[in-house]
This record gives sequence, C-alpha cells and structure tokens, in this order.
Amino acid sequence: MTSAALPGRFVRHSGYLTVRSVRALIRQPWYVAVTLVQPIVWLLLFGQLFKSIVTIPGFTTRGTYLEFITPGVIMMTALFSSGWAGTVYIEDMNRGVMDRLLASPVSRGAMMVGTLAYQSIVTIIQSLAVFAIAYACGARFDGGVAGVVMTLVAASLLTVVFAALSNAVALLVRQQEALIGISQFLSLPLPFLSSALIATLLSPAWVQNVATYNPFDWAVVISREALSGSPQLGVVAPRLAALAALAVVMASVATRAFGVYQRSA
Amino acid sequence: MLHLSTRTQLDLALDARDLVKTYPAGRGKNPVRALDGLSIQVAAGSVFGLLGPNGAGKSTTVKILTTLSRPDSGRASVAGIDVTLEPDRVRRAIGLVSQRPSSDPMATGRENVVLAARIQGLTRRDAHRRADELFDRFGLSEAADRLVRTYSGGMARKLDVAIGLIHRPQVLFLDEPTTGLDPEARADMWAEIARLAADEQTTVLLTTHYLDEADRLAHRLAIVDRGRVVAEGTPDELKSELHGDTVHVEFDNAETAAAALRVLERTPGLASIVPDGVALHARADGLAGGARAVPTLLAALDAAGISVASVTVARPSLDDVYLRHAGRRFEGNHQS
Repeated sequence: MTSAALPGRFVRHSGYLTVRSVRALIRQPWYVAVTLVQPIVWLLLFGQLFKSIVTIPGFTTRGTYLEFITPGVIMMTALFSSGWAGTVYIEDMNRGVMDRLLASPVSRGAMMVGTLAYQSIVTIIQSLAVFAIAYACGARFDGGVAGVVMTLVAASLLTVVFAALSNAVALLVRQQEALIGISQFLSLPLPFLSSALIATLLSPAWVQNVATYNPFDWAVVISREALSGSPQLGVVAPRLAALAALAVVMASVATRAFGVYQRSA
Repeated sequence: MLHLSTRTQLDLALDARDLVKTYPAGRGKNPVRALDGLSIQVAAGSVFGLLGPNGAGKSTTVKILTTLSRPDSGRASVAGIDVTLEPDRVRRAIGLVSQRPSSDPMATGRENVVLAARIQGLTRRDAHRRADELFDRFGLSEAADRLVRTYSGGMARKLDVAIGLIHRPQVLFLDEPTTGLDPEARADMWAEIARLAADEQTTVLLTTHYLDEADRLAHRLAIVDRGRVVAEGTPDELKSELHGDTVHVEFDNAETAAAALRVLERTPGLASIVPDGVALHARADGLAGGARAVPTLLAALDAAGISVASVTVARPSLDDVYLRHAGRRFEGNHQS
C-alpha cells in the first residue's frame, strides 16, 4: 500500500467500523430509548419543580426555565452516554474481537474514529429526541434550524471528548465496573460546575471561574447562544474552537492508549 | 552469513529465535517470565503444533507472532517478514483465530466475514464471493444471515476460522481452537483443520493443551514448558524417543503369569517387565519395536509350554513424552 492510499484506507476502515456499531444499534433500538429516561426526568420533573427560578433577579434569560435547561439537558445526555462508550471496547476485549482487529491491517486510529463517529450519531439521535420532547412541552427557540444544527455540532464535539476519554480508560483498566466508576466520577460533577441548570451569575464566584474552563459548559453556552437567535460571536467562537481542539487532542491521546493496552497484553 | 539467513527465511513460514517475554507481576514480586528463550521454525505449508499446559507460553508466542505483543528480546519473522519491524505487512499475511470467540455477536455471520474481508482490502464483490465460498465449505450457508449470538459454540468457532481465512493468509494461527467445544463439535473441527492444511496451502500454527489434538493434527510439534521448547519433532519421532512400544500380555491365571515372567526375563528384545496380576507389561526395546517383539515373545512362551490369553502392543503416547521432557504429568490432559 502506498502512503498516498493511506488516508483513503483510514476513512474506509473508520467507515466499516462505524457501520458495524450502527447496525448493532438498529438491532437494539431500545438502547437509545433507555438513555432518554434521564433527560425526560430532567426536562419534565426538574424543569417543572424549578419553573419559577427564572423570576429570581439576576436570572437574565428571557424565556421559560424549560427553554433555559434544554441545552443543558442535551449536553448532560451526551456527556453521560459517551461515558459508556468504552464498554464497546471492553466487550470486544472479553471476546477475541479486539485481538483480531489489532492483528489485522486496520489502524488504531480507525478503530478510535469508528467508535467516536458512532457515539456522535447516538448523541445526534438523542439530542433531536430531547428537542422534540422540549418542543412538545412548549419550548420555542428563536435560533431555529441554525440553532439546532449548532447544538448538534457542540454536542457531537463534547461526545468525542468524553467518548475518547472513556475509550482510553477502557483500554487502560479493561474492566467494565472500573470504567463506569471512573467515568461517573469524572462526569457527574461537571454539569453542576456549569450553567446547565442555573445561570452562573447566581452561582458562587468559584463555580463561575471553574465553568470558564469546563468543556461541558463551553458546549452548553454554544448551544444556548445559538438557540437564542442572536448569538454573540465573541462568546461562541472561542468556546467552539477550544472544544474542537480538545476533541482532536483527546482522540489522538486515546489512540495512544492502544499502545499501553498492547504492551501489557 | 547474511545470504544464509535470507535463504532460510524464504523456506520458513515462521521463524522465531530466542524469544524472551516477561510480564510485571505486581508490586514487590518478581516479573513473570512467560517466554524464556523460545525458538521454533516452521516449514511453509505444514501444520505445526505448540503443545503445553496453560501458562507454558503458547499464547504469548502467538501474540508475538501476530504482532499483538513485542518480545523483550529475540527475533521473529512470519512469511519472511520481521514482526517488530513491519507489523503492518505481517498483518496482511496472517489470519488469527484467538482463544476466545472473535466474532461480533450482534452482527450476522456474513457481516462479520465481509467486514474482515473489507479490512483486508478485498472489494465488496470479492468479499461476498469469498464469504459464500467459506460458508459453503464450513456448512454455515444456512446460518450465514443469522445473528452470531444464535450460533452454537461449534458454529461460532467455524465462523472464527472462516474469518481467519477470508484473505487466504499465508499463515493461520489457531490458538486453542477446540477448547470449550463438546466432543462432537471438536471432532468436526478436527476434520476441518485437517482438510484446511490439505486444501488451502496455508501454514497453520496450532496451540493446544490436548495431547490427542496435537497428535492427530500436527505434522511437527514442539512441547513447550515454562517458556521454552523442551522437545520438538514429528509426533512419531517424539514417541519413538521413548525407546520402544509397550507390550501387554495377558494369561489365564496369575501362576501362568509368574511362570511367563521367568521365561520372558531371558527373552532378548524385552525390557522392564512388570507383573500385574494375570498380566505382564513390558517394553519392546529400541529399534525392534513392539510388532517385531511379539513373534519372539510368543515363540519363547510356546517353547516353555505357556499359553497366552491376549497380547496388545501400544505406541507410547505424547503423555509419556511430556512426562519425560517436562518431568511431570501433563495436567492439560485431564481437563475438558
């Protein structure tokens, strides 16, 4: 194989592996349905319970609380389900699938991209479902289609960041329970250190500071700005760039974890 | 010198020299030496067996030869390609059937095989054509479009072999291909592997902890113990190293057996005669072999007027070979 053919091979192999996961998903669609239970609870129960929070002085948003938390709930759904991404690798390791793939000409990068692309597809389906539920409950967004598309982009990038992390942890710990424990430990605090549920102006100052460096908050802010219909470029652009850069870094770091997996194998 | 090593590599499908591999054993413990200078050479087109109990180093050897792991020291080449220098080229030349089922249970048999084919660079059409050929060959045609999770253990194993063969590899690695299969599925698998060697012109490296499996399938085999090859040869060569077959002679009663013992102790060609109730066990010495010793034995007993109830000659088993080289019984034999 010449080096010129390598990028083509990389894309094809990533594609084959994405298709493999998507097929499995089509055969067990209830998997996505189950992941929608949490966002429904957040939107319908939490959203109702704290409905009047928007009347607190300092809560500068114009719309309803449901409209306020929709971006947050979308990103939380993406965050929590991408934490499970590594379980695909663990199942492949427990069977001989991982070894067979690693002993074949498929590149480690393609194996990583295949799972990340699949996770992004899952996130897009979930996000659209959350939008549909929010819309049915009366939420309306001035940002329209462009706002929805921007939300999907941000949610996908967030998914790549945390799915790559989950994959890397899977390759290092190789054990389902440890993977879930670690990814919950890492992802559970993030929504509370962000503007997902409440305007950061109302949070303690230290939370506001942490949120500035929280990739989860970047995704929430991008989405909320885009859905507002009058996004501020100075707010969206740096966060989007940082999120995209982090996604690339995480994916390549996670690909390196294959080396660690093989050295200890 | 250089010329010589190049020539050797061309004739050998597998060439591993002095492989050493250690694994960390955890804090405060000495590292585990999985391979301790293991060397094997396998001629192209043959079935080579690596026989040994669990933990002997068979799987580690397979991992190194299939590029899944790197040796601490030593060199190995597969189909003439160095495994540490050009792993990607090695991956095109090999098929791996690992110990555990290596198909995706949520995909159909066909999807599994076609995915493997596409990864190996076959076109969509070639992939489907080759898949049909393999399903036909392994008797999986009817199950081809069912999800693998509905397959029996034996079917899933055959599918694994089909996946391993999809790109007509030069070397196929079968890592414990029949472990966990019921006796019927195992016999079926043996027939497939025997046919494979004859039809596909693929070199097969088979690891097993079943003595009968190595005996039946391997043209040559290496007995591995504690990370080293302790004996190597054809199954017959290894067994004949034990100096002769075992001869069991049965008599009508113990008195006759005792009388026969006195006669046979003076008969040439027989050694280490052990009385055992109404029977005697003896070793037919060296080159003479058991079959040659029987007429002499019968003639001697006949001359002494002793009648014999039955005579059986048994070739020494690989179990005996293992016992001799590894210095202990072969625990793998009593599993399954």
